Amino acid sequence: MAKATPARAVPAPHAAARPRVEPAQLDRLIHERIRLGIVSALAVNSTLTFNELKRLLKTSDGNLSVHARKLEDALYVKCTKSFAGRLPQTDYRLTALGRRTFEAYLDHMEALIHASRER
Amino acid sequence: MLGGATVPGMLPPRPSRERRPDPPALRDRAIDNLRFIRETMERAGSFTAVPGFGGVAVGVTALAAAALAAGATSVALWVAVWLGEAVVALAIGGWALARKAHAANDPILSGPARRFGLSFLPPMVVGGFLTIALYRDGVPQALPGTWLMLYGAGVATAGAFSVRVVPVMGLCFMLTGAVALFGPEAWGNWCMAAGFGGLHILFGTIIARHHGG
Repeated sequence: MAKATPARAVPAPHAAARPRVEPAQLDRLIHERIRLGIVSALAVNSTLTFNELKRLLKTSDGNLSVHARKLEDALYVKCTKSFAGRLPQTDYRLTALGRRTFEAYLDHMEALIHASRER
Repeated sequence: MLGGATVPGMLPPRPSRERRPDPPALRDRAIDNLRFIRETMERAGSFTAVPGFGGVAVGVTALAAAALAAGATSVALWVAVWLGEAVVALAIGGWALARKAHAANDPILSGPARRFGLSFLPPMVVGGFLTIALYRDGVPQALPGTWLMLYGAGVATAGAFSVRVVPVMGLCFMLTGAVALFGPEAWGNWCMAAGFGGLHILFGTIIARHHGG
């Protein structure tokens, strides 16, 4: 699992001469595969249930719970618990902050690709 | 500092470049991440609101209907057989959809299933009106092609929110409909059997095998 990096990395002196993608800009929270999968799936669905996400990402209940909880704590996703008949149901939706963060992550990945082409 | 010193006859060291991550590796990881995101988004939009096993069952009943309709002694009877099959197919499809949704503990009208249904519905409504108009105006030979093409259009447009195999199925229905519409009149019932029977069984099996039943 990717560990969190310091919020601000001190750039090396030689790096100031030309623009490049700074590692500190990468949101490590959604960089992890399961969490990235959750956010990607919610980006194209207004809501998804816990079971839908579990099937989609082919992961276990516990694993999904842990990662979804981290996204929830970061306010990237919103979790709603309800009952469908007598069965409990957990719905997830992407928050505005989560969508912005996801878009920034996509921009970051594209910037990395462009930057490597220019070298 | 030794890092900045040069020895005569030797190439100067390149400390700053060597410390950075290898650009191609970084780029490959970024491409891999974007690919993962795209594939996840594609699959997330799918959840096959169309139940695969239900599609196979609909295909089997359509083949039976085609055999029955082939022996119909009048146009009215032929149309009645296929309209009856449409009701049976709707019941099977609805039941299979509800069963699949219940198994997944999902409400039927949530997310992808709702979008799929809303995209699928308009061509079906148009098909209903065209059926009345074509039958009333005495051109029932246009019905197989019209039904197949409109069903294919519905599946193809709804399939835009689904896995790739669903819009492909829609296109196959449209092609079969085109054959029925522009081919000899005698091909109509065969095209119905090939489309509503064969294509449902073929693609239903694919969906059931690869997309969760």
